[in-house]
Amino acid sequence: MSNAHEPSGRHTAGAFDIRNFIGALLGLYGVILTLMGLFGDKSLDKTGGINANLYAGIVLLVVGAGFMIWARVRPVIVPPHVEEPADGPGPDAH
Amino acid sequence: MHSMASLQTADTLINAHGVDYLIIGLYFAFVIGIGILAKRAVSDSLDFFLSGRSLPAWVTGLAFISANLGAVEIMGMSANGAQFGISTVHYFWVGAIPAMLFLGVVMMPFYYGSKVRSVPEFMFRRFGTGAHLVNALSFAVAQLLIAGVNLYLLGSIVHALLGWPLWVALLIAAVIVLSYITLGGLSAAIYNEVLQFFVIVASLLPLTLIGLHRVGGYQGLKDKITEFAASAPASAGVPSADQQLQAWPGQALSGFDSPVLSVVGIVFGLGFVLSFGYWTTNFVEVQRAMASNSISAARKTPIIGAFPKMFVPFIVIFPGMIAAVLVSEIAQLKGGGSPPGGASGRGVQYNDSLLFLMRDLLPNGLLGLAIAGLLAAFMAGMAANISAFNTVFSYDLWQRYIRKDRPDHYYLRIGRLATVAATVIAIFTAIIASGFSNIMDYLQTLFGFFNAPLFATFILGMFWKRMTATAGWAGLVLGTLSAMAVFATNEWGPLDLPGQGAAFLSASTAFVVDIAVSIVVTMFTEPKPVAELRGLVYSETPKEDLIDPHEAAKPWYQRTMPLAGVALVLVIILNFLF
Repeated sequence: MSNAHEPSGRHTAGAFDIRNFIGALLGLYGVILTLMGLFGDKSLDKTGGINANLYAGIVLLVVGAGFMIWARVRPVIVPPHVEEPADGPGPDAH
Repeated sequence: MHSMASLQTADTLINAHGVDYLIIGLYFAFVIGIGILAKRAVSDSLDFFLSGRSLPAWVTGLAFISANLGAVEIMGMSANGAQFGISTVHYFWVGAIPAMLFLGVVMMPFYYGSKVRSVPEFMFRRFGTGAHLVNALSFAVAQLLIAGVNLYLLGSIVHALLGWPLWVALLIAAVIVLSYITLGGLSAAIYNEVLQFFVIVASLLPLTLIGLHRVGGYQGLKDKITEFAASAPASAGVPSADQQLQAWPGQALSGFDSPVLSVVGIVFGLGFVLSFGYWTTNFVEVQRAMASNSISAARKTPIIGAFPKMFVPFIVIFPGMIAAVLVSEIAQLKGGGSPPGGASGRGVQYNDSLLFLMRDLLPNGLLGLAIAGLLAAFMAGMAANISAFNTVFSYDLWQRYIRKDRPDHYYLRIGRLATVAATVIAIFTAIIASGFSNIMDYLQTLFGFFNAPLFATFILGMFWKRMTATAGWAGLVLGTLSAMAVFATNEWGPLDLPGQGAAFLSASTAFVVDIAVSIVVTMFTEPKPVAELRGLVYSETPKEDLIDPHEAAKPWYQRTMPLAGVALVLVIILNFLF
């Protein structure tokens, strides 16, 4: 079994760092909710007088940005290879 | 509620707008995107089934709890919160955290260090074919059924919330889960679980905060629950305010009248036998830790997971408690009434608490996020079942008993085919579940029985080198049967324990019987040669095989034992606070 699926020694996980995904999705949700909070139906009767969309939107924007920044500052280094795969997945390898 | 909303909610439970659909659609786009990107990292079967053992501990740790934060958990625990109040936290603080810490500290070194690829494979190496077959088969079948139940619940929620026909909702959800797991394997499942975790928190936290605001904070909630308990008719059987607002002794939850018995039942039955069985031997959970990049990360997986896990009750149980005083339908139900409607259309149930609370509290926008969060939870549960199933099926059943010694890519293909087959079977299970919900309840209880004796067998096998292969399977089978016997006696026979008492008692019986049978059988059978037990039994495994040599150099917050200690102290503090 070859260990060749990560070709070079140190390389960062790049776009497929789950933190970028989380940051992007939460950030998008933040934008949508903030806009809803500013321009949409606030349904204050439901929330007890709080502009819930706006607050939640702002928090989501901050958290989303936090994930993006974390991913930039501490990128994942994909190790050359991680573990030796179980010595030949032979079923009788006691 | 304003008039327009009530007009349109004639058919569906809530009234979703375009913006809500946009939020839900975005979520699905991201889920599929992760599957497509994860595919690039899959080049052999180990990548597909165990993410190439390459993930960092925080990712596997969040996936570890997210895999469990499925439909049953979120809807069920908020339902318990509405019905029994704060003592539901025992499912988390007693029924999960100690077992998770134990898994990380004591058991994970054996699982990860022995390089097995699944929990049943550990069973095979330690006890041989008999115990392995019992474990692998019961696990595989249980996963298919539970995946089906998750899928059915998901379909029925989509039906109730958005008005889509049940079969459309079933198919769409199944196709989405299928596509990202067949593409990206366990990595896709795990990455999605991490994403799901944040979406779930982002949807339930605002709901909880708005709810608390509406009832006047935690004090307001306590006052309202006290008032409700005082004014409810005796026939409704509403637990007293004290029982609803204090975690211990939790009689309403355990079903025991005596406070002492209740504490014993919760600590031993739920906290020890049920939860240790579930968390330490269930491959759905353990698989997440096996996907991590070192023995240290594997051990930290459940421990890191323990931190968010201890705060999950606040966003799951509190909404249930709030719903019981704020939502008129749930309050009516709790007061002994039987309001019509609900998600099932057959009358309101406690399981609907969260949905009604969303309807009453959330403006459009947050509402879409809340629905996305629920769908995320349902899919997380189902995807976890299926990704664990395809591993056990491919490695433990197909490779071991049917087609040995094929090239690796053959098993990768089998894994993908197994995923497709599992999804199709889950759709059928879901359709059966929609017709016979009681049968599904029984089956799930039945599979719960397999967990309690498993823990007994594992823990004996890991620490007692003399224990024999025959004792392995005999203990499992008789332990399981004894649990079923206790359960049946309670269901149809002379024993009559309400609440969770029966489950606690049958699990405890299974545990004791398993230990007793294992010891007796071991005395009369031949043990395995000691040379074969390295990595599997504590006394035969060199210490350096069980720990990560690099860990000692790291700061305390990256080491297994200090983290576990902090988690344990925190959970004890939480128990005193509530």
